[in-house]
Amino acid sequence: MRVRNRGAAPDDGNAPPARGASAPPPDPDRAARRSRLWSQLDLKLSPYLFVSPYFLLFGVFGLFPVLFTFWISLHDWGLLAGKQEFVGLDNYAFLLGDEKFWNALANTLGIFFLAIVPQLMLALLLADTLNRSIRLRGFFRVGIIIPYVTSIAAMAIIFGQLFGREFGLINYGLETLGMGGIDWQNNRLASWTAIAVMIDWRWLGFNTLIYLAAMQAIPRDMFEAAAIDGASRLRQFFQITVPMVRPTIMFTVIISTIGQMQLFTEPVIFGQGYGGGTQGQFQTVAMLMFEEAMGAQNFGYGSAIAWVIFLLIVVFALVNVLSVGRIRSAN
Amino acid sequence: MSARTRTARRRAAPATGGARQAGPVTYVALSLTVLLSVFPLYWMVVIATRGNAAIAQRPPAVLPGTNFADNLSETLQNPQANFALGLLNSAIVASITAVSVVLFCSLAGFALAKLQFTGRNVITLGVVLTMMVPVQLAVIPMLIMMDTLDWRGQLQAVIVPFMVTGFGVFMMRQYALQGVPTELIESARVDGCSMTRTFFSVVLPALRPAMAVLGLLTFMQNWNEFIWPIAVLGPDNPTVQVSINQLNQGYVSDFSLMFTGATLATAPLLLVFVVFGRHLIGGIMEGAIKG
Repeated sequence: MRVRNRGAAPDDGNAPPARGASAPPPDPDRAARRSRLWSQLDLKLSPYLFVSPYFLLFGVFGLFPVLFTFWISLHDWGLLAGKQEFVGLDNYAFLLGDEKFWNALANTLGIFFLAIVPQLMLALLLADTLNRSIRLRGFFRVGIIIPYVTSIAAMAIIFGQLFGREFGLINYGLETLGMGGIDWQNNRLASWTAIAVMIDWRWLGFNTLIYLAAMQAIPRDMFEAAAIDGASRLRQFFQITVPMVRPTIMFTVIISTIGQMQLFTEPVIFGQGYGGGTQGQFQTVAMLMFEEAMGAQNFGYGSAIAWVIFLLIVVFALVNVLSVGRIRSAN
Repeated sequence: MSARTRTARRRAAPATGGARQAGPVTYVALSLTVLLSVFPLYWMVVIATRGNAAIAQRPPAVLPGTNFADNLSETLQNPQANFALGLLNSAIVASITAVSVVLFCSLAGFALAKLQFTGRNVITLGVVLTMMVPVQLAVIPMLIMMDTLDWRGQLQAVIVPFMVTGFGVFMMRQYALQGVPTELIESARVDGCSMTRTFFSVVLPALRPAMAVLGLLTFMQNWNEFIWPIAVLGPDNPTVQVSINQLNQGYVSDFSLMFTGATLATAPLLLVFVVFGRHLIGGIMEGAIKG
């Protein structure tokens, strides 16, 4: 910058505002005042101009639809018929008595726990492992994150075949080991497991890297001191690593919650439709929403389900945030 | 693991600075994880290069075959899937959204990080909160809006709503806080640069590493997007993910075609990842620390 200033000084006599007052050309005051005004205006308005694309687009395609969803949920509303009548909270009341909703909620939560608890624990262990001094560090990192680049559609097709009842590779493996094959689609717990495996396969590496990033911020000498004091590796893991990355664990729990409450694509492709298997044994809340909105054209009820998903996310997030606060204040 | 290695490691521990050294168990566990990560993708390629019967073969086929060219031309010609169009559409959608997200999020992120203005903190908080709003909540009104705009089945329906993201704004803000020296901005102003000019000639170059990561992540995300394109575009003007799904819809599924489609849709991202993988990993990890 300094170099540029020095070079520019001799030949640009009257252009920059800072110099205007001392320069002699006609009407210097006015020119200087105008350019200062411009500069002031530029300084005041530019920030708003810069953030406006985000708020414009978010307003139109984010906030408005969310509020509109709530409005729709208060009506009897179909795609072709359009808005029919205001029914207040009827859609929500119906939802509370709808067996399909409770079934879908149970499925969503079941798959959530089946997928997220082992995934995050594994990710913690893996990150702790990668945080040691190891050879081929880059290779291992790339190796575990590779599934993250696969699209859900491609992944679900692959795993749909791996979990096939008759020709699936996983059942072949089980039979070779002398166990019976499993009907992954029609058995409820088995279908949850298959979907959980897909989720974990795709996201394990991602969460591992996030934990690894947090762990690298822990000072090395904490481990060294603990080791000198004779703490085993397991003990170091539970008494140093886990407490130090607790905020990050909460972060991943919240992110996973937001994702899992909306679980949709994996089970849709696994079962080739919104129904979630013959008995709805793996239909999630988001799938039920689509079934009502897209299949039955029942926008009002579909919107009510969408808002309940949103409320569930907010409640989960609040519980997590509160528990983080409690942990912090306890320390 | 044998007791011998364990005691050996314990004895060595104090000298090498604690139990931070990795033993053979570690390598076996890590290799196993990598194997499990890569196997489904490898399996995808195996089936894509063989005939339809390979999926049911006992013992299973483990090596790639020679049928890929046939499968490829059949996949591309499948009348249901519109695969070539799907690939083209996805390339267009993912590129435009990536460029636009990088530009708009850099603008907003820079303003929120470096410029003083009334409401800055409130706006920053607003951006963070908007990251929590689930996309699916908006699907029904978005469909109604797209009908009103007559955008159903057209690419702008999957581009315009995603031209800016809260995540992107937040990420660029975090990066700009440390990555863009305030003195640089001030001296550009003293030199008489307008704010816009300052942004393009001083700030953008400084933001380049973060822009690359955000661009790649956005490209991947939009390339992989499934729900919204399937809802608003449909099979006549598909993205590649919709095309894959179409291959899966027939009464008689040809698995080698489905796997070829999956391979086609994954290959570009794998390529991007092989070339830029280290930067992406760095970006994900950096985002985690600062987020």
